[in-house]
Amino acid sequence: MKITILSSDEMTRVLTRISHEILERNRGAKGIVIVGIQTGGVYLAQRLARRIEKIEGTLPPTGTLDITLYRDDLAGRHAYPELKKTDLPFDMNGKKVVLVDDVLFTGRTIRAAMDSLIDLGRPKEIQLAVLVDRGHRELPIRADYVGKNLPTAFHEKVDVLLEEAGAEDLVILNRIQNPDK
Amino acid sequence: MSEQHKAILIQGARIIDPAHKRDEVGDVLVENGVIREIATSISRPEGSCRIIDAKGKVLTPGLIDLHCHVREPGFEYKETVATATASAAAGGFTSICCMPNTNPVNDNQSVTEFILEKAKTEGVVRVLPIGAITKGQKGQELAEIGELVKAGCVAISDDGLPVMNSQIMRQAMSYAKIFDVPVIDHCEDLNLTNNGVIFEGNVSTRLGLRGIPASSETVMVARDLSLAELTGARVHLAHISTAGSVHLIREAKRRGIVVTAETCPHYFSLTDEAVGCFNVNAKIKPPLAAERDRVEVLAGLADGTIDLIATDHAPHASDEKEQAMDCAPFGIIGLETALPLSLELVEKGVLTLPEVIQKLTSEPARVLGKDIGHLGIGGIADLTLIDLDVEWTVEAQEIISMSKNSPFIGRSMKGRVLSVIVGGKLIENPSLQKA
Amino acid sequence: MSSLKRNDILALSEMDREEIDLILQTAESFREVSTREIKKVPALRGKTVVNLFFEPSTRTRTSFELAGKRLSADVINISSSGSSTAKGETLLDTARNIEAMSADFIIVRHASSGVPHFLARSLQSAVINAGDGANEHPSQGLLDLFTIKENKGTLEGLKVVIVGDILHGRVAHSDIHGLKKYGADIHLVGPPTLIPSGIEQWGVKVHYHLDQALSGADVIILLRLQLERQGGGYFPTLREYSQLYGLNRRRLALASSDVLVMHPGPINRGVEVTSEVADGLSSVILQQVSNGVAVRMALLFLLSGGKHV
Repeated sequence: MKITILSSDEMTRVLTRISHEILERNRGAKGIVIVGIQTGGVYLAQRLARRIEKIEGTLPPTGTLDITLYRDDLAGRHAYPELKKTDLPFDMNGKKVVLVDDVLFTGRTIRAAMDSLIDLGRPKEIQLAVLVDRGHRELPIRADYVGKNLPTAFHEKVDVLLEEAGAEDLVILNRIQNPDK
Repeated sequence: MSEQHKAILIQGARIIDPAHKRDEVGDVLVENGVIREIATSISRPEGSCRIIDAKGKVLTPGLIDLHCHVREPGFEYKETVATATASAAAGGFTSICCMPNTNPVNDNQSVTEFILEKAKTEGVVRVLPIGAITKGQKGQELAEIGELVKAGCVAISDDGLPVMNSQIMRQAMSYAKIFDVPVIDHCEDLNLTNNGVIFEGNVSTRLGLRGIPASSETVMVARDLSLAELTGARVHLAHISTAGSVHLIREAKRRGIVVTAETCPHYFSLTDEAVGCFNVNAKIKPPLAAERDRVEVLAGLADGTIDLIATDHAPHASDEKEQAMDCAPFGIIGLETALPLSLELVEKGVLTLPEVIQKLTSEPARVLGKDIGHLGIGGIADLTLIDLDVEWTVEAQEIISMSKNSPFIGRSMKGRVLSVIVGGKLIENPSLQKA
Repeated sequence: MSSLKRNDILALSEMDREEIDLILQTAESFREVSTREIKKVPALRGKTVVNLFFEPSTRTRTSFELAGKRLSADVINISSSGSSTAKGETLLDTARNIEAMSADFIIVRHASSGVPHFLARSLQSAVINAGDGANEHPSQGLLDLFTIKENKGTLEGLKVVIVGDILHGRVAHSDIHGLKKYGADIHLVGPPTLIPSGIEQWGVKVHYHLDQALSGADVIILLRLQLERQGGGYFPTLREYSQLYGLNRRRLALASSDVLVMHPGPINRGVEVTSEVADGLSSVILQQVSNGVAVRMALLFLLSGGKHV
């Protein structure tokens, strides 16, 4: 059974709110860079940046981060996820980095992303923005900005569809009976 | 495996004896090691007699392999007289001629005597040694060919280390005439071979392996034909593998030069494509050649340019073969697969069944000048009993030879030896018992 | 497609275009890693790479070593130029011993064609061919493709001239197999003594005169001439060889104006190419070297899933 969690309009409102929260917490856009995690976070990061520009008049630099090489489950995998681009066209040293991802789940991706960022430079601060937090953390990680808190069962699936990827903006929860039961 | 009876009566076999142009169903009685009688129906003799019901089977003179490597003395980890002769029996051969590249080289009578003594005590079939042409197969000084012949050598050859110096080869051929033995040459110009590994052609280019050009063989065939003409010696050319050589021999025979030639089953069954992706069991000298060479070898067999089929059985231990293509030794085993591969020539319409048998019996006997390879009344009772219809697959664990270096492992075959009789002694095919 | 169809990298001849595309794409990502201040990612942490070199090599061995290290693997170099055979140890025993030490990757170079194939058949470790006899040198072929694509934007329809010792040229073999899959127009130039028989059947054109082949060339790949070939009767002297087949400024002008000059190294200056051309604007020889690390990182990464059964 598919349940709509965020409609297109709701997504717009949520992103606008997060943009305001980022500006509020950081007292403006100065020194902020927005980094989207491949692949789900990349378009969201760009949207947040554009909204911040609308509000503040300055476009914060954006970048993309691929965390594949930092995954903790590489050994033993048989089909490798495709390597995507890491592109951070700015000096990260001393910057406040807002990491953006679509869904926060176990926290392992964020751990990998943070390790990767720290290998790439020395940001002043790392903050985390996610569209959906579905719980089930396996690491002590929490988001600074959350679009929607969504209680889920571990085996269920959350899909984030975006216009940039050729879909209609939508967040869907696939409610599935636990196959183990 | 073997048993001694005073008499053996083989009943109802299709008897094929090319030397006497016989191809008919009948009985053969063997008594005291000789062929006593061949007739449509023979009644059971008095006393102990083994009766073999051979209805639907083919009975031929014992097969003769003019070219094999027994490896003893010196390389007993590859093969011994005992294992080579057992392998021969499994393949239907009752006589095998062993090349002199042992250690020490069979270039003097003591080595010849050693081999013959081993054959007498441990051998299953007859072993006919071939002596070296030159001392140590070094291509420099003639070996004592007279002494070798006196000790029991049936031919001379330097085999895989062919005599490069044409003057020495000329002298050897001339000198061998005193003893009337064939001079067998492995035709290879070692300079043209130039450390090549497989046939020079598409496969060598594809695999980046150093190629052996076809000319490596044909240049020496041309030389030997010329020397045969010059000396009038009994020249026999070993394992002919290329179209060019077949053309040269055909032309020489047409001109009346006395020469004989052999090929091996792998040269009419396989091409260099058998090397596939670095298959060391397809590394042989001469190398497996191109399809047009294979086709011409078939034509040479069909028109008699190639007189006979030999195995060039060349056992090597697995740890010698299991290494880089460049480093692995040349050679494959062949005693146990030669007959079924030759029988394929009948199916393909290249030769008739009696012609195939002729190239494995009376023709090698003719080259040797020996009174074997035919079924004459009162003659030595060497026979081979074959089931033409049985289909089987070559399996490494069923191979009797001590070595398993065969490119035919896994290949299905049709026709298998049931038993051989060597001098009146019955030997059941040992690999059938292993299977 | 995000994984290879094989467990070992033995030859470009057996790979399809889709796989090669994946490797080149992946290498693209790894090139970025080499530009970082911290040129290291943890992807192969805990994995062991053994460089098993039976032939001397500095460039390829170093490149694989750096590739392994930048992926956080442990890298061990074993140079065994014939010495193991001298000790009576067979090739297979040497390799099995290394595998028994839990090597995940064995990078092998050997003077005999087919040795990597032989090891791959017998071992569980992933085997990468770092050059076998006159057969192939797949990682070099891939980095050549990568470098051409990087500079030309495409591999398709380019006129590529490969000059020198094609007979013993494993680099040439891999280049030809790789380039053919993208429809390049390949011309081989060298003395007939160094052109293998029947190579025209690979769909390439053969020339004995360099000038005749160069017109409109988009890429010129010069092969290293093993100097000891001089004694082998393949050509009389290096002097005559360089006059016939050396690339100089005059000859370079015959090619297309944006031609790339490539060489797998090490260069015999004044033999295959003049210094002026080797160090000139058309030369991408050093780019090949840096791309080599990225391509080899891609190979290690894509093979690191272990043997698929």
